Amino acid sequence: MGDSNSQRSTVLASIRMSLGAPSSPAGIEAEYAAIERSYKCKGTLSEDALLDLFEDRLLEYDAGVYRCSASRIADAVEGILRKRRKSGLAIPAGLSREWLPEGFGFTDATGLDAYELDKTEGLLSSCTVAIAETGSLVLQNADGQGARILSLVPDYHLCVVTASQVVETVPEAFERLAKTSDLPTTFISGPSATADIEMTRIKGVHGPRFLDVLLVIA
Amino acid sequence: MREVQVSEVPVQHTRWNTHDFPDAAKVLLEDSQTRKNVQHATNVIQGKRNKVTAELPDWEDLREAGAQVKAHTLRHLDYYLTKFEENCTRAGGHVHWASDADEANRIILGLVRSHGAKEVIKIKTMTSEEIGLNATLEANGVWPVETDLAELIIQLGKDRPSHFVVPALHKNKEQIREIFQREMNLPDLGDQPIDLATAARTYLREKYMRIKVAISGGNFLIADTGGMCIVESEGNGRMCLTLPDVLISVVGIEKVIPSFRDLDILLQTLPRSATGERMNPYNSTWTGVHPGDGPKEFHVVLLDNGRSPILADKEARQTLQCIRCAACLNACPVYHQTGGHAYESVYAGPIGAILTPQLHSMGEGRSLPYASSLCGACYEVCPVKINIPEVLIHLRGKIVREDQATLAGKFSLWNIGMQAAAFLFKDAGRLSMAEHLGQIGQKALVSKNGFIEWMPGMLSGWTQTRDLKAMPEQSFRDWWAKERAPQDKEDAHG
Repeated sequence: MGDSNSQRSTVLASIRMSLGAPSSPAGIEAEYAAIERSYKCKGTLSEDALLDLFEDRLLEYDAGVYRCSASRIADAVEGILRKRRKSGLAIPAGLSREWLPEGFGFTDATGLDAYELDKTEGLLSSCTVAIAETGSLVLQNADGQGARILSLVPDYHLCVVTASQVVETVPEAFERLAKTSDLPTTFISGPSATADIEMTRIKGVHGPRFLDVLLVIA
Repeated sequence: MREVQVSEVPVQHTRWNTHDFPDAAKVLLEDSQTRKNVQHATNVIQGKRNKVTAELPDWEDLREAGAQVKAHTLRHLDYYLTKFEENCTRAGGHVHWASDADEANRIILGLVRSHGAKEVIKIKTMTSEEIGLNATLEANGVWPVETDLAELIIQLGKDRPSHFVVPALHKNKEQIREIFQREMNLPDLGDQPIDLATAARTYLREKYMRIKVAISGGNFLIADTGGMCIVESEGNGRMCLTLPDVLISVVGIEKVIPSFRDLDILLQTLPRSATGERMNPYNSTWTGVHPGDGPKEFHVVLLDNGRSPILADKEARQTLQCIRCAACLNACPVYHQTGGHAYESVYAGPIGAILTPQLHSMGEGRSLPYASSLCGACYEVCPVKINIPEVLIHLRGKIVREDQATLAGKFSLWNIGMQAAAFLFKDAGRLSMAEHLGQIGQKALVSKNGFIEWMPGMLSGWTQTRDLKAMPEQSFRDWWAKERAPQDKEDAHG
């Protein structure tokens, strides 16, 4: 370990030589706190306008968007699965059983490896927060969302978002994520895509090629 | 912590910085296909970027806050790096330090060997290009598989990246099809972008599932959580971050940010600047290892490789604020004409022109600070407000002073000419005399149309590609002395 320790001190000594006299941690934290953050942190839209904006952004990414009331989630899921011709989906642990319609196969995806997930017809999950301005879903390793691999390997993802989870701006999302910032977290903005070939956005490279969002209005 | 085997590793150096910019540019300017591809791509990204930045009324506030966060971090880089190290280690990650490319290669190869891996999957990382990692791995019997579509095109085409967000931007779809047909053995492959993307999906899917070690770069190291953030589009990044057992991330020391919350600025400015999207399809953040989710072993290699000395130069330090969005490449009129390969550098474009020579302590890439018209477009689009034109001029000054300090430089034609010009410009009488001499001297060179089409010696560089308007018979100074000065005198007395 001697060698890697000496590398550490070499790099740090070189940085310190360039920077000169160090500040105290309290001084550094005070300087950090004084950074001016005059950018827009709080949203200004009404709830209706907020949800419309979120829907518009998702549609621009070529995701499917559906709405339903809190008591009709299972019915709405059934409608979407029929439209997509799915006979069932994988689900993460902790997903509300009340969301699952009768007559479809839902398998607990916890612990499935990539090969097994690849054989499923898709994933049904919830999310932690959603951002209207950017059309983003934020998933964390939590109940109803599960490990990152679940929303990655299956070719289809249906995400249920309740209206209270939708915020307008990116800073508002980070405020909500602050307490769980150490969890594995994925921001998903539309189906997987690339623009590497002549700057044309092509849907579907390695992540799910099909994304539907079910918005639950209180 | 696992003991890293440091053995004799033949380290391969990159083939960069072998030509000066003007020489490399000349070759590329002849290549009309590449120029067409580069211009098309940069125009498209530039247009999208302008649209999505204009729709944010607080765009300038975001730029300012991003610049302040990055400048603050650099001022206290040792503090934030050790804070990151402490928190990352607490979360089960392993942090390594590498003062140069050789050391980073040794650490990474040691880790790869300790897992007996013969293949690794890679997320696009310019840091790995900077240290020449692929060549080192190959020389040691490890095959690196690039998973970003553009990097795969570069790897299979035995090419070099020309842009650090869209590395294969200089290739069009027909050229990409040819590479895939040949290298993936798909003679019937179509030439539509969707055909090519599907071919890449099929080619790589089996590799993601099988290969157990992944190598990545990193967009942000988060000091207060010890976490990391990677921004991408295709999902290849997520595959590499979650499927393998071992993840090794090699990241420049300047990529650390103080807090998770700072991403609320940078995840707005980076996607809009880089690809002109409000948000790129996928961003991943994670902290150390998380049981049942992602790799069982996570290593971060913190790379210095010439960065720490840049901190000592207070004017040029801002170079390290860069978040690698490449907006300055897309906006640059010089890059627009030559593409990235003319820079002979991993980091092309305006940011490359200031970063590359500094990473080499001004020993390489010395022609790059001159590869600019100083128009300022790069500064205007920079999401962290790096004043690139200011640093370009600062570095030109450095190069000139270094050259003047050598005997050959002191007596070079160029230096003597510049010294003579400085002597003339310092004094009004001398300048006026020089103008009169010039009017007489130019007579032999002026064509009938009033332009000079050929000049001798060093001055020929100007007239090779454009004509020079002849000096007028009366200079402005003469006109002023004759017309205005007597009147001014009268006004003053009147």
